[in-house]
Amino acid sequence: MNILCAGINHHLATVDVREKFAVATHELAEVLARIREIDCLAGAVIVSTCNRVEFYAASVCPIRVIDGLLAFLSERTGGTEAPLYMHDSPRSVRHLFRVVSGLDSMVIGETEILGQIKQAYAAATECGATNRHINKLFQNAFHVAKQVRTETQITRGSTSVGSVAVDLAEKIFGGLAGRKVMLLGAGDTSERTARSLVSRGVRTVIVANRTFDRAARLADEIGGMAVHFEHWHTAFEEVDILICSTAATEPIVTVEKIEPLLRHRDGRPLFIIDLAVPRDVEAAVNDLENVYLYDIDSIEQIVQQSLEVRKAEVVRCEQMIDRHVTSFVAWMQSHVEHFS
Amino acid sequence: MDSNLLIGATFCFLLGFGYTLLVLRSGRFRQGSANLIAMIGGFLLLSISLSQRGHLEGSCPINSLFDVLVFMSWAIVLLYLLVGPPYHLSLMGAFTAPLVLLILGVAQLAPISRAASAYRHRDPWIEAHASLSLIAYGAFALAGIAGLMYLVQNRQLKRRKGGLLLFNLPPITELGIANARLLWLGFGLLTIGFAAGFISGMPVNTLKFWTSAAIWGIYGAILVLRRIHSLSPRRTAALSVVVFALLLCTLPIIQSLSTPK
Repeated sequence: MNILCAGINHHLATVDVREKFAVATHELAEVLARIREIDCLAGAVIVSTCNRVEFYAASVCPIRVIDGLLAFLSERTGGTEAPLYMHDSPRSVRHLFRVVSGLDSMVIGETEILGQIKQAYAAATECGATNRHINKLFQNAFHVAKQVRTETQITRGSTSVGSVAVDLAEKIFGGLAGRKVMLLGAGDTSERTARSLVSRGVRTVIVANRTFDRAARLADEIGGMAVHFEHWHTAFEEVDILICSTAATEPIVTVEKIEPLLRHRDGRPLFIIDLAVPRDVEAAVNDLENVYLYDIDSIEQIVQQSLEVRKAEVVRCEQMIDRHVTSFVAWMQSHVEHFS
Repeated sequence: MDSNLLIGATFCFLLGFGYTLLVLRSGRFRQGSANLIAMIGGFLLLSISLSQRGHLEGSCPINSLFDVLVFMSWAIVLLYLLVGPPYHLSLMGAFTAPLVLLILGVAQLAPISRAASAYRHRDPWIEAHASLSLIAYGAFALAGIAGLMYLVQNRQLKRRKGGLLLFNLPPITELGIANARLLWLGFGLLTIGFAAGFISGMPVNTLKFWTSAAIWGIYGAILVLRRIHSLSPRRTAALSVVVFALLLCTLPIIQSLSTPK
């Protein structure tokens, strides 16, 4: 028995090519049924995410299955030329183990892919498209992913501005439930950051923008309230997290302006995230007691740290995966199944 | 006191601290039970050792400076076990272990008297006074540790460099709360301990009285100022470290003045 993998991913093809191969959830059962008709194919799973479309198959006659798959894809995509990759075991097994562990992802170590592959496998099982080898392969893959995540640092740290902001906020306040956020300026990144904070329990979002309508619209979308930009400091006393992203050319939040306001906060910490360039917040604000100021550079530095730690872990992950590939291939050799 | 038990306890704390340092240095620190198990092991050995000493002396085993240091180490670990793991104050064990190691190290290596004084604290009020005061010192020690962790976390956050320590230390707000609560706990216990001392009617050396009153007054002032927001959490943390260091220095003086000549 051989395990085959054919597919296309973000390393090799742009989204306009990948989308032609994508298999939507509603058509999965139908596509799996079509693939099962390929001569000599014993079992199959289709993984279709925004970054990859991959077909995993078990067969005793790989060449016939590859030909069948290529013919099917050509028919489905109208003959679209695409840089497809094709692996047979053990490379296909290694490929799946790497994918499910997040080593082949756009952001190394991301964990969303594990859930997506679990869903793909569950869908194939539901359709009766899997066989013993495919079942064993995917169960092993999930075990490998779990081991890689728990025994290495591949998922450590945050890799986006929003998630770093959330991590830092939690290191300042503990839980974020009931905290208040103020957006000074309604840029895209500050909006995403605010949404990340809201998803972790932040209670109130106050939006102050030079264009009041834009502030009101955003406040409406994320369930907050809008204030006029000139009056931002009036709502400041209750705020725990301030996110700045205005287009101002001079700092808006200065020591002179903020120091008197801090006296009314009873020593509560204030976390300021300055995403603006040029910066909205005077650097000396970070020297004030109970104030923690992070600008875009300092946040991106933390993102880079996380990515470097993850990259440094790849070698350990690969070694771990190699051991599992060897073990799986040995199992396959000892469980030869003749396709009839 | 069976020195093997004390050496065993010291070894447990050393093991827990060494392990945490090692995993922190390797960049693979994870919240785990290894440090906690070491602390529990050390605590059990200290408890057995103190119990043996108590039976031998026929009183609470705090009759020499050696006893006092061992008892205080026990109190610090006891309070850590009550406060640290349940409140998820991760890494507190790693900060507590070296302090306990230091105190136990001084107890075992310094040329101090191990012999129990002829005067024994047989009056229950005097025993309550001494033991509660030492447990209060344990609370102040942990407040100092929480304060130190607060200062480290504050520095990490202000430096804006990220790093393993930042993400493994507890949130700064929780450290500030733990610091203040432990100070209140220590202050409360010390107050009750002093009240027990007054009730016993024991003769008190003037210098001991004023040193103890000064310690009580300083902690009281810190707590009042913190309560009315005149003292920031950072300054409270810094003061709890400094005052505990001073308190440790006064311990031999108070102990020697507690022993009637």
